[in-house]
Amino acid sequence: MNTNDFSSSSSSSSPSDRRIGALLRHLTAGTDADRVSSVFASPTSGVAGGSVFAHLVQAPEDAILGVTIAYNKDPSPIKLNLGVGAYRTEEGKPLVLNVVRKAEQQLINDRSRIKEYLPIVGLGEFNKLSAKLILGADSPAIRENRVTTVECLSGTGSLRVGGEFLARHYHQKTIYIPQPTWGNHPKIFTLAGLSVKTYRYYDPSTRGLNFQGLLEDLGAAPQGSIVLLHACAHNPTGVDPTLEQWEQIRKLMRSKGLMPFFDSAYQGFASGSLDTDAKPIRMFVADGGELLVAQSYAKNMGLYGERVGALSIVCKAADVAGRVESQLKLVIRPMYSNPPIHGASIVAVILRDRNLFNEWTLELKAMADRIISMRKQLFEALRARGTPGDWTHIIKQIGMFTFTGLNPAQVSYMTKEYHIYMTSDGRISMAGLSSKTVPHLADAIHAVVTKAL
Amino acid sequence: MAMRIRNLASRRTMMMNSSPISGLRSMSSSWWKNVEPAPKDPILGVTEAFLADPSPDKVNVGVGAYRDDNGKPVVLDCVREAERRIAGTSFMEYLPMGGSVKMVEETLKLAYGDNSEFVKDKRIAAVQSLSGTGACRLFADFQKRFCPGSQIYIPVPTWSNHHNIWRDAQVPQKTYHYYHPETKGLDFKGLMDDVKNAPEGSFFLLHACAHNPTGVDPTEEQWREISQLFKAKNHFAFFDMAYQGFASGDPARDAKSIRIFLEDGHHIGISQSYAKNMGLYGQRVGCLSVLCENEKQAVTVKSQLQQLARPMYSNPPLHGAQIVSTILGDPELKSLWLKEVKIMADRIIGMRTTLRESLEKLGSPLSWEHVTKQIGMFCYSGLTPEQVDRLTSEYHIYMTRNGRISMAGVTTGNVGYLANAIHEVTKSS
Repeated sequence: MNTNDFSSSSSSSSPSDRRIGALLRHLTAGTDADRVSSVFASPTSGVAGGSVFAHLVQAPEDAILGVTIAYNKDPSPIKLNLGVGAYRTEEGKPLVLNVVRKAEQQLINDRSRIKEYLPIVGLGEFNKLSAKLILGADSPAIRENRVTTVECLSGTGSLRVGGEFLARHYHQKTIYIPQPTWGNHPKIFTLAGLSVKTYRYYDPSTRGLNFQGLLEDLGAAPQGSIVLLHACAHNPTGVDPTLEQWEQIRKLMRSKGLMPFFDSAYQGFASGSLDTDAKPIRMFVADGGELLVAQSYAKNMGLYGERVGALSIVCKAADVAGRVESQLKLVIRPMYSNPPIHGASIVAVILRDRNLFNEWTLELKAMADRIISMRKQLFEALRARGTPGDWTHIIKQIGMFTFTGLNPAQVSYMTKEYHIYMTSDGRISMAGLSSKTVPHLADAIHAVVTKAL
Repeated sequence: MAMRIRNLASRRTMMMNSSPISGLRSMSSSWWKNVEPAPKDPILGVTEAFLADPSPDKVNVGVGAYRDDNGKPVVLDCVREAERRIAGTSFMEYLPMGGSVKMVEETLKLAYGDNSEFVKDKRIAAVQSLSGTGACRLFADFQKRFCPGSQIYIPVPTWSNHHNIWRDAQVPQKTYHYYHPETKGLDFKGLMDDVKNAPEGSFFLLHACAHNPTGVDPTEEQWREISQLFKAKNHFAFFDMAYQGFASGDPARDAKSIRIFLEDGHHIGISQSYAKNMGLYGQRVGCLSVLCENEKQAVTVKSQLQQLARPMYSNPPLHGAQIVSTILGDPELKSLWLKEVKIMADRIIGMRTTLRESLEKLGSPLSWEHVTKQIGMFCYSGLTPEQVDRLTSEYHIYMTRNGRISMAGVTTGNVGYLANAIHEVTKSS
């Protein structure tokens, strides 16, 4: 499925028309025209006794999650999963942080804990601590009570709730997302009721940032448009702007009243420093302007499956923040009523405790350092093999993923001949590599690059 | 003019006060300044108000969360044991988009039966959901996408969030008669008329048992008649089952309405929640299932449900699902759970009896028969909004303004106080 396939809308069509159009394109990828028309079959078309959903066609496998499914099916002993972005140790095992285990124990031992409904906005203490984590403990926006934070289901949930809020209350219903971006982004915002456009981001010829193109595209965006920004460790490319480039982006966006919507899925995971990875966001907050930020604890606290995240909206004034929160509740209540308690409780235990917090920063740095080390090792291995081409992007890119620059044919070959699994856009998860498996990957890359494919 | 000068002055102040790195004209006002304060949720707002009340006599019979006879929230023993077993063992990896396969399997057994042919034939498309709300919302979004011209028939009254859910899914709503204010029971004739008059192939939301907020359920015979009429009209039945086990104390009995529809050959949808019957409220664990014609269709429908879940939350939370799997997958723990559910249901049934008797002893001029006829967590008292307001302002008793009393909040300690207060505000009726 082409993850860049989504509607480019005309401003005259209604949001629901655009949604239907986008959904139709999404559903009909790979199907023939006959089945297209049946998507709109009458609700009473179910023959007496038959199902009203008989006309459905099977949805395509999710591109990213499908990689792991294929990997699991492969019987080869040398198979390597560089697909989904979940951290693995040097031994190739999932990792539960020590601080998380300690927090779990604390929660278990506290018999007075009950599991009642959280408020719609989630665990209050978690919300406050999350805002401090991303905006900085000394953030003027927090001091002035201008931030509203709601617990959401990890990054996905935070983006969706933020998107729905924007679709209802913001005057501009178009969001610009970078080209490329995480495959789920366009789907999230489309279903939230926004219309999705792109801005240039990745330059395949340099395997770095197309900064000129980015500035041009954001400069051409209508006043007030929403812009999705990856706070750090861009997914899938690993290419981040420098701080100087961020400053230029900030100036441009503020001059055009463009609304920043940050996706922060890797704070601390990219550089190893929580503050460094939050710097772009804090630069925007420092100028007194407004923004949204979606935070995830999936990777940096290893809480993937517990679905822990937060949406923060930085407003100009405290009373505005209060009203914004009340409207966020109206988005959340009909979606899932209130967020899950377990993961947020673990996070709160860790963030509120000085010792646990410090221990966490060390464990976080260790994960980031291992990934950086894998980058170095892979780069060295390719250099040692004399693999043609410039592979410096492997060490220049940051975070969990490397955009190798390999094309779908090459990726397919690597899977078939070397049992190496990655998404077809050539994105590899560095977290899935170890010192033992780097040589195997380097051999495979060398093979496909030197072959005529 | 003065306004413009003030605005200009405030803009300049903003610029002077903003960081030296801003360098640009900053907008003087928020993009959100026109955002209206949203109304408080009618149900969850009650507990907020209750918590803010300093009175030592206050009673919360608002939100439907179970309380023991000391008015304390309860964590079931089976849940504590399951958590003890889980702690330290989970790798917290992502669940699949459709959630925990094991948890879904066990959950389908509860709704469809232990030896369901539909389970055996793999005809059920099922995904783990964010409790009952999440299951309803996922179904509503699914209904909108694949039956875009359809609407949903919702009973009057119903849980207030049902309206919000289908509205946000952009599915038009109609209502059907359900509660009979005069009898404080079921308006069966009104219900059947509405079912008959609805266009062929309409979608209906049904409460499987322990109707929220009224506690009024159709009898078994009435369910059979409803099912037959649904067949004649080719309607789609979507069951919201949030209280299985909690109504009568017997999960199989509480699923009777669903079993009747299954026997009659309907292709139904079901929302199931573990919030109340396993006390897992804040874990947000439930299940959405859709019965299909065959396995292929079930695979297809499931794949499309996942397409709706992915841009909403990617995959559902792990912890609650692990608790459910651990309990239902272990015969001893499952047996303990069934015992504990029965204790909760029995306590509520006992409180209904006591409340009714207390009101009758006080010499109330009204009939309180409905208190014991109704079933489940809620009693639709028949109190007017004005009477409810008096209960709150004069007696510090908190309930939703539709007169819905959460029986789970009634204890031997407060039932006398509650009965007296109700009597006081209604005796001149």
